[in-house]
Amino acid sequence: MQPVRRQSVVDVALQGGAIETGAAMTRARALGRLRLGDAIFHSLTRIAAISVLLILGGVIVSLVSGSIPALRAFGLDFLFTERWNPVTEKFGALAPIYGTLVTSFIAMLIAVPVGLLISVFLTELCPKWLRRPIGIAIELLAGIPSIIYGIWGLFVFAPFLQETLQPFLITVFGNIPILDDVFAGPPYGIGMLTAGLILAIMVLPFVTSISRDVFDAVPPVLKEAAYGLGCTTWEVVRYVVLPYTRVGVIGGVMLGLGRALGETMAVTFVIGNAHKVSASLLAPGTTISATIANEFTEAVGDLYTSSLIALGLILFVITFIVLAAARYMLLRIERRIG
Amino acid sequence: MNALYARRRRRNGIMMTMSLAATLFGLGWLVLILGVLLWQGFSGLSLAVFTEMTPPPGADGGLLNPIVGSLILTVLAVLIGTPIGMLAGTYMAEYGRHSRLSSVVRFINDILLSAPSIVVGIFIYEVMVFPMGHFSGLAGAVALAVIVIPVVVRTTEDMLMLVPNQLREAASALGLPRAVVISKVCYRAAKAGMITGVLLAIARISGETAPLLFTALNNQFWALDGKAPVSSFFESLNAPMASLPVVIFQFALSPYKDWQKLAWTGALIITFTVLALSIAARALSASRKPS
Repeated sequence: MQPVRRQSVVDVALQGGAIETGAAMTRARALGRLRLGDAIFHSLTRIAAISVLLILGGVIVSLVSGSIPALRAFGLDFLFTERWNPVTEKFGALAPIYGTLVTSFIAMLIAVPVGLLISVFLTELCPKWLRRPIGIAIELLAGIPSIIYGIWGLFVFAPFLQETLQPFLITVFGNIPILDDVFAGPPYGIGMLTAGLILAIMVLPFVTSISRDVFDAVPPVLKEAAYGLGCTTWEVVRYVVLPYTRVGVIGGVMLGLGRALGETMAVTFVIGNAHKVSASLLAPGTTISATIANEFTEAVGDLYTSSLIALGLILFVITFIVLAAARYMLLRIERRIG
Repeated sequence: MNALYARRRRRNGIMMTMSLAATLFGLGWLVLILGVLLWQGFSGLSLAVFTEMTPPPGADGGLLNPIVGSLILTVLAVLIGTPIGMLAGTYMAEYGRHSRLSSVVRFINDILLSAPSIVVGIFIYEVMVFPMGHFSGLAGAVALAVIVIPVVVRTTEDMLMLVPNQLREAASALGLPRAVVISKVCYRAAKAGMITGVLLAIARISGETAPLLFTALNNQFWALDGKAPVSSFFESLNAPMASLPVVIFQFALSPYKDWQKLAWTGALIITFTVLALSIAARALSASRKPS
C-alpha cells in the first residue's frame, strides 16, 4: 500500500518526458492520460463510498420527515398509548413495540443457548470431516427467504402448535399464579409465541455462525493448557472458551437480535395482527414491521401513513442501536485476535 | 475425590449430549421446512406454472408474470447496485484503506447490511413512489438495489484485502497508475470472490418481500404487448410489477385453495433458486480459497 511511491514513479517518468522530442511528447501525453484516468477512477470510487453514507442519511431523513405529522399530533404519547384506530385517526405505538420486544425476547431465549450449544458441538465434538457440511446446513437455514418461514409457519407450524404445545402449556400452567396469565386463553395457533418460535429458528444460524467463528479463534494453547490440567470438554468451554470469546458472542447475539427485531414477513403471517397489549403469549398481537407491512398500502390519510412511518422510525432507531453495539463488540474482539 | 470426578464427568456428558441434541434440533428444522415445501409445492409444479399468468380465484393459471417480474427486478437491482457496491468496496480496500472515510463507511455499511428491509421499503416509497404518484417496478428495483449495495461492498472489500500486496507493488513498479493496477491486477485476482458476492446478493434479494410491498406492489397483468416490446418494456417498468414473493404473500393469505397451492409452488421455486445460488457461491469461494 504505497500510493506515494506510485505517484513518484509517474512523476519521474513525466519529468523524463519533458525533453522536447516527438517521442517524449507522446509519452508525456500518454502518461497524462493515464493520470487523468486514475484521477477519474479514484473520484468515482470515492463517490460510490460516500453514496453508501448518503443511503443511510436518506433513510434517516425520509423516516424523520415522514413521521413529523404523527409525532406532532401525538407527541411522546405516541410511544405509550395502546389505541390504534384508523377511523378516528388516533394512533399509538405501544402494542407494536410491545409485540416486537416480546417476540424478539422469546426468539433470543431459545436461539442463544441452542446456537451456542451447536457451536460447541461444531468446534469441540464434531469429527473434522462433518464440520463443514453441518455448518453449511445450518447456514442454509439463514438463506431461506423469510416469506417461506411465514407460509410454513401459517400452514404447518401454527396448526401444529395449536393442537400440541399450546393446549399443553394452558393445562400445565393453568393453576399457577402469574404463569396462568402468561399462558392464558384459547389456543389460536397464531400469536406472539408462534412468532417468537419462528424468529428463533430464523435467528439461530446467525448466532451459530458467529459464535462458531469466535470459538474457532481461541488460541489452541489456551485450550490445550486447560485439557492438560485435566479439564473435561465442558469445563474447557465454560471456563476457557466462553470467557475468552464473551465479547464476540455478545456481538453475535446482538446481531441476531437486530435481525429478529426487524424481521417482517415471517412474523406478519403468524402474529395475528391485533393492536392489543395482552399478557398472554398465546394471544394474537402485532409487531412494528408486521403493522407496516399489513397496513401501509391501505393507509388512507396523511396521519395514518405518517404514524406508520413513525413506527418505522422507532424500529430503525432500536435496530440501529442494537446493531451498532453488536458491530462495536465484534470489532473489539477482532482487534484482540488480530 | 472419586465422587467429584464422577460428578464432573456426568456434567460433561450431559452438556455434550445437549450440544449434540441442539445440532440435531437445528438440522431438524431445515429438513422439516424443505420437506414440507417439497411435499406441498411439488405436486403443483407443472409446465403451466411457467407459461400462464396468475389466475383469478377459482381458475387455473400459473406464475408467469411474477416469475418474469422477479427476474426483471432482480436484474435491474443488480445492474444498479453492483457497480456502486464494487466501486465503494474498491475505494475502501485500495485508495482509502486506512482513511477515516473508509472506517466510517465500513461501519455504516455493516449496519445497512442487517437493517430491517421494510425500512428500505419506506425510504424508497418516500423518495420515489410518493413523488411519482404511483407504484412502479422501477421503484421496486431501486429498493432491491439498496439491499444489494451493502452485500457487494462487503465482499468486494474483503476479497480485495486478500489480494497480496506484492502483486500491487510489482504492477506499480512497472509504472502503472493505480487505476490500471486495480482493474488489471487486483480485480482479476479477486474475481471469484467478487462474483460470489454478487451471487449472495442475488440470493438475498430474490426472496425479499417487505421492500417490494409498497414500491413495486403487484400486478395481475403486464404492460408488455407483442408489437412494441422495447417501449412497452419501459412502460411496464413505470407501472406496478408482480414479483414472486409478493404474489406468494398475497396468495398464501387468501382464502382460496388454488391460490394457496400456487403460493406453495412459488415458495418451492424461490427456495430452491436461493439455495442453489448460495451453494454455488460457496462452491465458488471454496475453489478459490487461498492456501
